[in-house]
Amino acid sequence: MIAFANTLIFGYYPYVALSVFLTGSVVRYNRTQYLWRSGSSELLRKRELVIGSTLFHYGVLVVLGGHLVGFVTPDAVLDFLGVSLRAHQLLAVVAGGISGTAAWVGLTLLVHRRLFDPRIRKTSSAMGIFVLLLVWVQLTFGLATVPLTLHHLDGRMFQVLVHYVQSILYFQPGGAATLLPVSWVYKVHIFLGFTFFLVWPFSRLAHIWSAPVWYLLRLYQVVRRRKAPARRRGMPS
Amino acid sequence: MSHFGSFLQFFRKNLETFSDGHGVVTGESRAWEEGYRTRWQHDKIVRSTHGVNCTGSCSWKIYVKGGIVTWETQQTDYPRTRPDMPNHEPRGCPRGASYSWYLYSGNRLKYPMVRGRLLRLWRDARARLAPVEAWRSIVEDPERRKSYLSARGLGGFVRSSWDEVNEIIASANVYTIRRYGPDRVCGFSPIPAMSMVSYASGSRYLSLIGATCLSFYDWYCDLPPSSPQTWGEQTDVPESADWYNAMFLILWGSNVPQTRTPDAHFYSESRYKGTQSVVISPDYSEATKFADLWIHPKAGTDSALAMAMGHVILKEFHVERRSEYFSDYCRRFSDFPFLVRLVKRGESYVPERLLRASDFPDGLGETNNPEWKTCAFDELSGRLVAPRGSIGYRWGEEGAWNLEERAGTDGAAVRLRLSAADAPEGPADCLPVAFPYFGTYKHDHYSGTQHPDVLVRRVPVMRVETREGIVPAATVFDLIVANYGVDRGLGGGNVASSYDEDLPYTPAWQERVTGVSRNLVITTARQFADTAEKTRGKSMVILGAGVNHWYNMDLTYRGIINMLVFCGCVGQSGGGWAHYVGQEKVRPQVGWATLAFATDWYRPPRQMNGTSFFYAHTDQWRYEKVSAKELLSPTAPEGDWDVSLIDYNVRAERMGWLPSAPQLEGNPLDVARAAEAAGERVSDYVTKRLKSGEIRLATEDPDNPENFPRNLFVWRSNLLGSSGKGHEYFLRHLLGAQNSVLGKDLGELGERKPTEVVWRDAPIGKLDLLVTLDFRMSTTCLYSDIVLPTATWYEKNDLNTSDMHTFIHPLSSAVDPIWQARSDWDIYRGIAYKFSEVARGVLGVEKDLVLTPLMHDSPSELGQALDVKDWKRGECEPIPGKTAQAMTVVERDYTSVGAMYTSLGPLLSSLGNGGKGMSWKTETEVEYLRRLNGEVSEAGPALGRPRIWTDIEAAEAVMTLAPETNGSVAVKAWEALGKRTGRDHRHLALPREEEKIRFRDIVAQPRRTITSPIWSGLDDEEITYNAGYTNVHELIPWRTLSGRQELYLDHLWMRAFGEALCVYKPPVDTRSVPPAEARFADGGPYVVVNFLTPHQKWGIHSTYSDTLIMLTLSRGGPIVWISETDARKADLVDNDWIELFNVNGSLVARAVVSQRIQPGTVMMYHAQEKIVNIPGSVATGNRGGIHNSVTRTTVKPTHMIGGYAQLSYGMNYYGTVGSNRDEFVVLRKLKRVDWLEGPLDPARPLDSAARTGTPT
Repeated sequence: MIAFANTLIFGYYPYVALSVFLTGSVVRYNRTQYLWRSGSSELLRKRELVIGSTLFHYGVLVVLGGHLVGFVTPDAVLDFLGVSLRAHQLLAVVAGGISGTAAWVGLTLLVHRRLFDPRIRKTSSAMGIFVLLLVWVQLTFGLATVPLTLHHLDGRMFQVLVHYVQSILYFQPGGAATLLPVSWVYKVHIFLGFTFFLVWPFSRLAHIWSAPVWYLLRLYQVVRRRKAPARRRGMPS
Repeated sequence: MSHFGSFLQFFRKNLETFSDGHGVVTGESRAWEEGYRTRWQHDKIVRSTHGVNCTGSCSWKIYVKGGIVTWETQQTDYPRTRPDMPNHEPRGCPRGASYSWYLYSGNRLKYPMVRGRLLRLWRDARARLAPVEAWRSIVEDPERRKSYLSARGLGGFVRSSWDEVNEIIASANVYTIRRYGPDRVCGFSPIPAMSMVSYASGSRYLSLIGATCLSFYDWYCDLPPSSPQTWGEQTDVPESADWYNAMFLILWGSNVPQTRTPDAHFYSESRYKGTQSVVISPDYSEATKFADLWIHPKAGTDSALAMAMGHVILKEFHVERRSEYFSDYCRRFSDFPFLVRLVKRGESYVPERLLRASDFPDGLGETNNPEWKTCAFDELSGRLVAPRGSIGYRWGEEGAWNLEERAGTDGAAVRLRLSAADAPEGPADCLPVAFPYFGTYKHDHYSGTQHPDVLVRRVPVMRVETREGIVPAATVFDLIVANYGVDRGLGGGNVASSYDEDLPYTPAWQERVTGVSRNLVITTARQFADTAEKTRGKSMVILGAGVNHWYNMDLTYRGIINMLVFCGCVGQSGGGWAHYVGQEKVRPQVGWATLAFATDWYRPPRQMNGTSFFYAHTDQWRYEKVSAKELLSPTAPEGDWDVSLIDYNVRAERMGWLPSAPQLEGNPLDVARAAEAAGERVSDYVTKRLKSGEIRLATEDPDNPENFPRNLFVWRSNLLGSSGKGHEYFLRHLLGAQNSVLGKDLGELGERKPTEVVWRDAPIGKLDLLVTLDFRMSTTCLYSDIVLPTATWYEKNDLNTSDMHTFIHPLSSAVDPIWQARSDWDIYRGIAYKFSEVARGVLGVEKDLVLTPLMHDSPSELGQALDVKDWKRGECEPIPGKTAQAMTVVERDYTSVGAMYTSLGPLLSSLGNGGKGMSWKTETEVEYLRRLNGEVSEAGPALGRPRIWTDIEAAEAVMTLAPETNGSVAVKAWEALGKRTGRDHRHLALPREEEKIRFRDIVAQPRRTITSPIWSGLDDEEITYNAGYTNVHELIPWRTLSGRQELYLDHLWMRAFGEALCVYKPPVDTRSVPPAEARFADGGPYVVVNFLTPHQKWGIHSTYSDTLIMLTLSRGGPIVWISETDARKADLVDNDWIELFNVNGSLVARAVVSQRIQPGTVMMYHAQEKIVNIPGSVATGNRGGIHNSVTRTTVKPTHMIGGYAQLSYGMNYYGTVGSNRDEFVVLRKLKRVDWLEGPLDPARPLDSAARTGTPT
């Protein structure tokens, strides 16, 4: 039974979540452009937002970047670069620990603001509150893995996790089974991680797709060429 | 391409660069731009406006997209004004701009709703019985009746269907007409000008069945009685564009930017032009920022200020130096030169009535109405004459009713003498004349002065030989100068030669009453008059509710009007009085009145003055603590004056002065039938029995169940949430609902009771059925038995005009009424047809005896000329139409009400149409409408008549019949007036004779109406509309006794109450605080303050106070403004919950602590809904009330005068008014904020808390 659940949650659920994430993003991007937004409440109240949002965003960008680099980079590349497993793990724990703590503090402020500032609370959607709590719990579990990891400084546990993620990404079977002995803290963190992808397209998280990074590369003047005037009426098809 | 598709082109979107790589041309999708483009595109834009309360009359664009009204913006296509005159736009305000919120708000009524308990009873009964029988079985069973009456206001509505509600309503009406009489069915709706067809729908139905239409203007206390008293006209005022022509502008108790927002720009523009402006207001109102000078008298003492200004003007411009323009104007256009008889009283003389031609042995040659022709001394011929223009010339003869300076019938040129002192040999004599002084009136909150209550002053007189011998007579001018206490060097006391003497009415004297520095008064008065003299009358006063809602409002107004007349401002462009409160001009009035009161089918309609009706039937008279005795003048003639205020009302109805509703104690259908059976003429039959006491007027026994009003329709109105002064009395006595009346009635207190009225046990619940039409669940709806969902102002077709400009424009249907809502026109049409159906077998063709008072603008305004005689007391015979109400038998076909409602009746062809004393033939217009609207093809009385099935057809009927919208009718009307005046006025309308303004025309663009004799100004491209213009420039008399502006009101009752001449009277003591203060004080700090109820900033007019958008802009619920001083005394800080109470009830609100407010007063914007954010009151245990929970109206006997030229009844013209600002309240912090959630405790019987005073 446990094995079955393990397979369901860590073998199949990730694909469900990622499929929904990809198709959902495309569909929502196409159909509901006016709701494709970060849903900022800055206009309503700046209090707690300035410090909370800054801490959270910088922190979480490093955390997400770390996850991306850490989990997706194949072993061969690491070997080539001469990064030992131990060093890899230490890097993850230290950088992740610091930035994760910053993000957690920032997010805690934001959660407090969202729930206890009456004006913000009244204008919040249920999904908005859910996503915020989801990310907060996820961050909490992420940080909780740090002390656990410090018990396994040899990097073996870390390698299991990396290989699991890569098994999902590279469609290699059997990855789920390798998680069986792993602490429940990691499991919850992984489960929430995929859930994060599941709700991404249907919440304010969609704004991650549209982070205005291209603005940095933009030329001074942009001229958008006019198309044939026949397209004047009608909404985009 | 899809958004995602273009996203896939991300790296291919850059096509080329330019400017050395600083720019880039891209081929990316621009589809997103469509979103911004279509944001401002709409399926249609429809012209409409805000159609009940808003007198702004602004035309709006209503935007519709996908069948939904999205928003509204101001129309900007009013016809342009002439060069040098600002245009009318922008017109609009934040209230109007947010109105579309209502269409789709949660508060919108969607289905016909019935009180659940009533509907259950009805369905049970209806399963067994025919409709009328079913209704009978409910209301004749006291238990059943009480079961739903007592639940009023406590929720419990259930959804019904149009068929079912129409049947209930029709059955109730039919039953009531059969059992009690048609006059027991009543309807209330205000301000027809804002949506004329909607008003007309209900009033047409009611008039067809013989029911009573109640007036609103008097009840709102927006009606200024001073207007008919002075001019014989009600609220004819300049359009707002004429403010621009003024050179000196006083705003007195009017807050233009807040209450006349769309017109306020003319005020700013006049300031740019250089007009000087003074704002007089106790609080620092929004208007104050426009002012060069802000004067803030103690609230309620404005008439003292006006008297002092009048004193300065008289002294400097009429006595010490006689301004040629002023005295010429006053000689020709005021009653200044007319002679008043003086009678000896003790040591001195008292001014009595104006001399009449009939007083002289030869009648001055007058044979027609000599007792209605006033007299003056002619300097040219050295004889007494009866100058043309007095009311006696108006009726019974033709061609001499004008203001030419000519003597009566012989037509000799005259020059009337202004003062007896003008005689070359000096006055015949100077006599001591007694003037009453009321400044000594005792009041806890107003300090009196220590002058005697009779001031004897010397007045120059003439000696004239009358039938009764030689009597002394004084001109009105001489009396006025003496009344104002101006020293003319005639000796004697009580006159001031300096402004610093403390004598009524000097600037120094007023300083003690109002607290305003004498220098401000002198300067303002002097500049006001000086400007008027230099500009020939371009000084204007905009005055409003702030001074009109007081018990003695007519005196304040007359004080101001006196200043304007002294300075020749009335009838001059840029001058005169400008009162804009609540009435608003139904410009196509006579066309509309035909439709509205169904005078095309039956005449006369039943109309009732709202104030007297509600005073009697909400039993506020049972609690009356103001006695006539305390109001009486020390110089009053002998008489039986010491009676209750309602006794005066009963006498007035009996003498035919005021209307009655219900009329007689019996059913008028039965009375007519009994007379027929007795073989007598109905009026003889009734008169005889009235005299013997066999038949009584219903008003003599208002608490007799036979005399209850039984059915009440309320539409376009929030009677119970807004305008119902004495709200808790309404709930207790008229509705039988939970209420918070805290005081005891005269019976319980063992005080003296009225003498003309039967005293019975207090009735609880007079109405069997209350039906309200609305588009939102208002406070009134909550108390109704049936609530009908009506169309909003963007969902129907209607007409709209205003005082504020001379254009007519429409409401038109942007979308169909949503859900099951219907327009008022369609709702009443449905009821009318159902009525015809239900009536069959119960009512057929019935004879109905209709009583009508002596109406203004009809020959019966010549009632009792010289004295007041009451037939009941054997002083005269009851003569219908002379000393009693007129009696007419109307034969009604009750089975054809629907067919009549939807067609134009035959009386227009046979009797013609008209108004304000004129009449003309209308066959041409009826024929025109027959071709325009088509004719009725169904058999019955309407066969072949022009059809008025839809609201647009009804609007066409109004516009075709009215001179203001049909040029050929205007010419006919001027011709009709010309016959009376002997002058040709047709030139005013001839240039537009061919013009016919039709409904589709005004949908295209607002149209300027056509100048008509119904009004006294010009709707002209060159001359801005100003009231009295045609009186001054066309020499058409004012419709008053003397035909001039009447500053001396010589009626017996006026003299009895000391108001023949304008005087200062402080507010009356309503005595509503001390008993409540004693009973409910709990040791905590509190203040006793004057309770003022001005106009809201965030609601009413074009929205109500429940709109979320406006609530967001203010404090989201009921608020009361209080001064910092009083807040400190009551230990309050801003936004505290507070409770205000007195014997009338209590209310709960939040405090707004502000420097704006004058200490000693609080302001609660009126009409804050009971449905928004109101917790329970500690004093009553009930939910805190509305602003009218602490008010009770007190009527004034002088407003009941009738059958006396301009002092005659007309609906919304003259009559008692519902004043409410003399009220004081106890204000304290609300100790416990209890939201009274949950069901009513069954252990707590309804209203028990209020009666015992135990908070629960």
